Amino acid sequence: MDKIRAYLDERLGLEGLLEFMSHKKVPIHRHSFWYYWGGITLICFIVQILTGILLLVYYRPGQGAYESVRSITYDINFGWLIRSAHNWSASLFLFSAFTHMFSVYFMKAYRAPRELGWWSGMILLALGMLFGFSGYLLPMDDLAASATKVGMAMLDILPKVGPWAADLMRGGVTVGDPTVQRFFALHVVVLPMIFMPLLGFHLWLVQKHGNAVPPSEYDTPVEERKSVPFFPNFMIKDLAMWLIALNVIAMLASLFPFQLGEQADPLKPAPPGIHPEWYFMSAFQVLKIVGKIIPGTPGEVVGMGGFTLGLILWVLIPLYDGKTESGVKARNAHYFGLLALGVLIITTIWGYAAL
Amino acid sequence: MSEAIVEDNEQLQPDEEGFTRRGFVKVAIGGMGVVYAGAIGYPIYRYLETPVEKEASEAAVKAVDLKDADKLPAGSTLMFMFGSKPAMLIHFATGEWVSLSAVCQHLGCILHYQPPAPRIVCACHGGQYDPHTGENVAGPPPRPLRKYIVKVLPGHVTVSKA
Repeated sequence: MDKIRAYLDERLGLEGLLEFMSHKKVPIHRHSFWYYWGGITLICFIVQILTGILLLVYYRPGQGAYESVRSITYDINFGWLIRSAHNWSASLFLFSAFTHMFSVYFMKAYRAPRELGWWSGMILLALGMLFGFSGYLLPMDDLAASATKVGMAMLDILPKVGPWAADLMRGGVTVGDPTVQRFFALHVVVLPMIFMPLLGFHLWLVQKHGNAVPPSEYDTPVEERKSVPFFPNFMIKDLAMWLIALNVIAMLASLFPFQLGEQADPLKPAPPGIHPEWYFMSAFQVLKIVGKIIPGTPGEVVGMGGFTLGLILWVLIPLYDGKTESGVKARNAHYFGLLALGVLIITTIWGYAAL
Repeated sequence: MSEAIVEDNEQLQPDEEGFTRRGFVKVAIGGMGVVYAGAIGYPIYRYLETPVEKEASEAAVKAVDLKDADKLPAGSTLMFMFGSKPAMLIHFATGEWVSLSAVCQHLGCILHYQPPAPRIVCACHGGQYDPHTGENVAGPPPRPLRKYIVKVLPGHVTVSKA
């Protein structure tokens, strides 16, 4: 054992790595709990890769899509478990990514020199939602096809480029076998290929700049701030969090397995109570509310325009609250964050209540 | 503070039966690791193994009924699946009926035979079998081909394991 260790150390410099990791410090304060959420998002992504590869063993895109998912869910040993784990882990991935984003926002960890971390994270989140959207269609049951139809129709509304882009994404004017085939390519090849290098960059930035301390720590002199070494102190807790996340996914997947609806049929009316996944619920509800106030296409343009404007302001926050100070700008950014979080939570709950 | 450290050190020492806290934690964590590996590994194994299981149940068939195979002209061969395994039904010009496995015993290539050739010859590595008995007569095959029992009836042929 010692020999193997010495052999690898000589060639890979493991001792140096451990040394480096033990010098890396993680700040300890009353908000330290929020540092775990990036790691939880990461373990969910790892679960997605592993369960996704397993689903690839039996999944068939295109015409046989529905039948292959039916077979995975009801015929293949433990297929239901793998599929449900993939579903639940996707939800948990987005939930922890959102939590991570808001914690970064309120700790003001987007400030210089961490702007690129914020922006790469925003792209990762957008890609994550695209993962969700494209993966949702793959079983090709009536709910999946209807949800994709609605999502694509929203793209159709955009003037000029909308219908063109939507037809290109669907591979036609309706959601059908060509759509599943290209969503599949997007879901398992294109998105991972963009996501993974960007994730590497995101994680490298964390190594480079370390954890940001929240404004509540600004008044404490640097030498009086408490911290623990990343290795092994923080890492052992990080791993414990991973274990908890794994247990949560396993429990949800085995207690609440996902079912499969009837096969998508272009002539069948949309199923009653149809609604998007929870991570699109807020946008869905905002559009519904605006649509009631301003009926027709103008309402949708206003709703989507408002949403886009809010999103742009959100993404650009490091540009107008970029310095380490607690002035008016910082306070306004804080209120904007509370507003965004409030709107997101309230419209999501409202959306479910209005079903 | 110092009291706590002293207490800690005491518990790190082995007791009369040689147990230490470190030893206990090591075993507990190792055990948990094994339980997790099993709980994750077993469903994955069963998931991947499903088609193998299905095929094994298909391979368990004892007999195959070939409809209209009695009309197979003399001097020709019919390829068919015996459960999940390829097999051939040979109708010799002499009127003799023989059914053999069509999988070479050497490395699993699919064999073909056209009467009245004297041998079944494997295209992959030149293994040779006697078309009447399935016996391995030349080349690398280590075992004879499996021979099935053939019953020719009006309208169908039944092929069964011995």
